Amino acid sequence: MPLQVKRLLIVFVLFIGIMLGLKYFLTPESWREYGAYRGNALTEISDKEAKYVQTETCAMCHDSIAELKTQGAHKSIQCEICHGPGYKHIDDENIDMNIPDDNQFCMRCHSKNAASPQSIIKQIDAVEHSEGEECINCHNPHQPWL
Amino acid sequence: MNKYETLYEALANLDGYIYPNEIALNWDLLIVMYPYVTGLVAGAFILASLNRVFDIKALRPTYEISLLTALSFMLVATMPLITHLGQPWRFYEMLVTPHLTSAMAIFGFVYLWYLMVVLLLEIWFDYRYDMVIWSQQKKGFVKFVYKALTLWVSETSPESRKTDEKIGYFITVVGIPSAFLLHGYVGFIFGSIKANPWWSTVMMPVIFIFSAMVSGIALVMFIYMGVSYLRKQKPDMMALDTIAKYLFYILIIDFTLESLDQIHRIYEADESFDILKILVRGKLFFTFFIMQIGVGVLIPLTTLGFLQFKKPRERIRKIIYLIISICVLVGIFYMRWNVVIGGQLFSKSFYGFTSYKVDLIGGADVWLSVLWFIVPFFILAFLLWLLPPWKKNHEAMH
Repeated sequence: MPLQVKRLLIVFVLFIGIMLGLKYFLTPESWREYGAYRGNALTEISDKEAKYVQTETCAMCHDSIAELKTQGAHKSIQCEICHGPGYKHIDDENIDMNIPDDNQFCMRCHSKNAASPQSIIKQIDAVEHSEGEECINCHNPHQPWL
Repeated sequence: MNKYETLYEALANLDGYIYPNEIALNWDLLIVMYPYVTGLVAGAFILASLNRVFDIKALRPTYEISLLTALSFMLVATMPLITHLGQPWRFYEMLVTPHLTSAMAIFGFVYLWYLMVVLLLEIWFDYRYDMVIWSQQKKGFVKFVYKALTLWVSETSPESRKTDEKIGYFITVVGIPSAFLLHGYVGFIFGSIKANPWWSTVMMPVIFIFSAMVSGIALVMFIYMGVSYLRKQKPDMMALDTIAKYLFYILIIDFTLESLDQIHRIYEADESFDILKILVRGKLFFTFFIMQIGVGVLIPLTTLGFLQFKKPRERIRKIIYLIISICVLVGIFYMRWNVVIGGQLFSKSFYGFTSYKVDLIGGADVWLSVLWFIVPFFILAFLLWLLPPWKKNHEAMH
């Protein structure tokens, strides 16, 4: 066998040896605990702070609004859909939640849109319907149809 | 990936009805760079093999430059992926935990095979004799570097050179399917995603291979002219004309395949067709019709086609080749953009769109993408200094 090929083979054997060594030392402990991934990844992900605290948490303090909301068309919509994630606010009430009051916000869901189901989401033509009037002057977002 | 704190912020970027996990694009500009850079590697290598395996002698002056270009881009090919990872420091885990349950997990092996067994070996056997000679001529640290690169083998006998030549040839032959594997694999990653009608086609790996060849050839043409200019040498016009000829042929095949894919899609007009039609005519209009097809295909194709019948003066041809190579490189970049970004813009409900805007000022993805495109040129400059093709002993066999 020519000398240069021999040397090259030695380099390849060394490389494969190093890779096997790295595989031995660097393979994460929980690898293949459940499948072809780090088992620890599951707990790491579940340990992350949840940013959305859910309506039940909001209702602990804002019970009257929560009660009102259960009677309206928005009852199935989580508070945080409009007000943003509440994880900071539940620890410190001085951190304000988002209180949207512009028509544009309502129109994200309620403007005429052939792709959305008309029977579930009421849709309007903003110019025709309100003639520039603010939506919240007539509709209470917590109980829009009463 | 854009992260939205509130739903309202996110909704401002949407049209129609889309699912919550489609609001923000998971694969951004860096993932556009990944198939782009990998394609340049495969294409540059194929150009080198045209000279070596298919014995196209006119391409001889670009042989080493093609190989070194392929190596320079190969060395950064993984970087767009690594820097896109949420946990970039864990990238090595893919290499130390081999498994066959995910197509993406195979990339490390495809990459290592191509880098270690094809590119490095071919360059090593091609330069071994010259490195031995240079190690005898140079002094100090550079001498040591060349010695180390030759693995302390100072054999220069005709037999040893014959062995280098034979093995080098064999590696190039193996290299061609390997280059196809490398970029076909990248195409497969997209083509095998059955939930996405913009990606899911068996044509994808083939289209990727041919578009890779087009971009790699254009890149070598650009670099060869650039290097000749910097060295104040006249580029070999015969070589440039031949590269342009092959660029023309492969561009025809590439365009035909891409058109076939689109015509098939249009004729089938399955349930996803309406949304794709709106996508291509709307959000992708500029990147698809103007950049990918206009700049990337029609301008180069008509110009190169014209050059097949009528040859203007050398000076004019050089300018044309320079412009064409840039057009093709830009066009193929937009082809990758249209695949990667385009495929994520529409909802799988087929009723809505999200949007993606490149953040030119504050976006890390833009700067990193530019970086991973520029770094290979510096690596190439270093490689051309270390292994200058113009100082090689060209009495070699091939």
